[in-house]
Amino acid sequence: MPAEIVDRLRAELASEGREVTLAQDMPVVTVPPTAVRETARQLAVDHAFDLLLDVTAIDWPGRTPRFDVVYHFYSTKHLIRVRLKTRVPEAEPVVDSLRSLYGSAAFMERECHEMYGIVFRGNMDLRPILLYEGFVGHPLRKDYPKQQEQPLVPYRK
Amino acid sequence: MSQPVIPIRAAGARSTAFEYFSTKKDEFVGWARKFSLFPYPFVTACCAMEFMAVSSTPYDTDRFGAALPRFSPRQSDLLMVVGTVTHKQAPILRRVYEQMCEPKWVMAFGACATSGGFYQNYAAVAGIDRIIPVDVYVPGCPPRPETVIDAIMKLQDRIGRSHHPILTESF
Amino acid sequence: MDTRASAPLPNPIRPAFERGERDDSVVVSIGPSHPATHGTIQVIAALDGEKVERVDVHCGYLHRGFEKECEDHTWHNLMPYIDRLNYCSGLINDFAYCEAVEKLMSIEITPRCRYLRTLLSEYSRIADHLTCIAASLMELGAMTAFLYLVMIRDYVYEHLADLTGARLTYTYGRIGGLARDLPDGWLKRLGEILDQYEEFVGRIHGLIDRNRIFIDRTRDVGVISTAEAINWGFTGPILRSTGTPRDLRRDAPYLAYAELDFEVPVGIKGDNYDRYYVRMREMDESVYMIRQLMDMLPAGPICVDDRRCTLPPKNLVYTEIESLINHFKLIMDGPDVPPGEVYSAQEAPNGELGFYIVSTGGGSPYKLHVRSPSFVHMGGVHRLLEGYQLADIIPTFGSVNMIGGECDR
Repeated sequence: MPAEIVDRLRAELASEGREVTLAQDMPVVTVPPTAVRETARQLAVDHAFDLLLDVTAIDWPGRTPRFDVVYHFYSTKHLIRVRLKTRVPEAEPVVDSLRSLYGSAAFMERECHEMYGIVFRGNMDLRPILLYEGFVGHPLRKDYPKQQEQPLVPYRK
Repeated sequence: MSQPVIPIRAAGARSTAFEYFSTKKDEFVGWARKFSLFPYPFVTACCAMEFMAVSSTPYDTDRFGAALPRFSPRQSDLLMVVGTVTHKQAPILRRVYEQMCEPKWVMAFGACATSGGFYQNYAAVAGIDRIIPVDVYVPGCPPRPETVIDAIMKLQDRIGRSHHPILTESF
Repeated sequence: MDTRASAPLPNPIRPAFERGERDDSVVVSIGPSHPATHGTIQVIAALDGEKVERVDVHCGYLHRGFEKECEDHTWHNLMPYIDRLNYCSGLINDFAYCEAVEKLMSIEITPRCRYLRTLLSEYSRIADHLTCIAASLMELGAMTAFLYLVMIRDYVYEHLADLTGARLTYTYGRIGGLARDLPDGWLKRLGEILDQYEEFVGRIHGLIDRNRIFIDRTRDVGVISTAEAINWGFTGPILRSTGTPRDLRRDAPYLAYAELDFEVPVGIKGDNYDRYYVRMREMDESVYMIRQLMDMLPAGPICVDDRRCTLPPKNLVYTEIESLINHFKLIMDGPDVPPGEVYSAQEAPNGELGFYIVSTGGGSPYKLHVRSPSFVHMGGVHRLLEGYQLADIIPTFGSVNMIGGECDR
């Protein structure tokens, strides 16, 4: 089952800069950052991946480009998942937002933004969601020290 | 401690009979106060499940007079901080604490409220006593209901033995 | 102790709107310390009288830095953090994580472990649904139902404490197996609890199902259609209440679900009543599955015999040097997981609980991300709240079953 999906995806999606591989029985589509929204639209419309499961990022501090932005989609019709990956540099961590395709992208992109600093162009509402107003920095980046607290209420003793 | 210091003896010499009645009055007032606690369950995380368990059968806090929660800080006197308090939640905790009227007590329910538990990172406050004063700490992650009842009983001992300021000074 | 308010306290959030659409709209903040919101969540609602015009949901008050914390611990050491995600059904979190790591390590668990994990997952599912329904009914005023359901849940907790040592946060899963095998008499007590469960839940059905007040408060409240639910990322009982039978246990069977006979209950309209009833039926299906599994449980070892992840037996650790070193390395450095990434999901009581793990080799994860159903549901819950009354926010929130530990991680 995954092999024929990979072949179909490869046939329809592979073009300049886009490749389709298989990782642990899951098709993985790697695209440049400018092609994210178009590829997601193709996945949603042509291949029936109608449920956006997850948006997250990975920080590779020693590598350029620094961040991997990772999307997972699920098709409630064909009952399979696909992963969409893209790489963005630290200097310009901008990806197009999928808010227009999926409502669930709103919260997930907010979380990815506050944790890693990825800017989702087109998502008007990138307020902190798990963190609070006034928090400086992006905690899940590898250079943010784990124990660096930013208290809102002054401590007592 | 949130109680002002009260002299053991009332000002002015009194007879021993008066002292006897005043002690009995203190015990009676202490008994009445300790068995009429109105907790404010400031519930955040997993300890909430144990709070639900301790409030209902078979561990019932109603036997100790501490069952009826009052969800307004103005009407409650025991602030039970149940679960992890994060830095985002800290201003809310502080505001709720300040809105409560004296006399009030605070119970740090669970390891996260006591010391941050094992969340020693940028997000969690390492113990709510950094923000508000705490009267009784309940260890456990989450604490067994018997531990909670033990803590309520210890708190009740303390309340029973303490002096009510106004009643003592003018009696 | 200084009780004067010194400086005004900062507001940790920025609401999406300051005023409502009409001049006489009132903006109310419900939470984050609220008895009926099942944990810390803040709902800023713009009200037109009693009707909710617009809602802005703020979660994150329980964000405890789970992902960052996990990067600092070994693959086994971080298991307690995993339990405290969806703390109502701690075992399912453990097993979902262990399955993800086992996929990375290409480990196949033993048959006994597979069936036992399935049994315990269903047992945890019962505990979670009991908590959700009990809390929702209590908020609607049905205190008796709450007491009945929490009584059964307490039996379940004590029973799991016999097995794992803890009532709520078990840390029972291990990579490659489980922590320990069933004690004697555990299955017999399980049968007794299931019988008592059926009696108690029968009473709840009698009290609630055709109760005029309950139907009035929950029918046609919080309605969502299937297409909209999928667009907003809803999975689990909420999606099933809209009428579509999407369940990972049936669609992509894992553990022993392929061999079990069970139905996937679906609702008709996608309102609160349907979500309540889907959960009640799912609990019944879970009980049926547990009874099947009690008969199917094979004998055999609990943990796979693989030195990369399984701790050697204690008598060997104390007598042989190889086992001692193996034990030492597994505890201090953690199991050596090969580089790679995996996304593995299971059907948690709230929906699809997914673990996205990135490993660069070694004993600690490079990245451990949880796709938590509650967080995604919070992104879409405003569709269930807008247009209904203020008093409907409470039962709708109860039926969505937001678990703070899972939502905010």
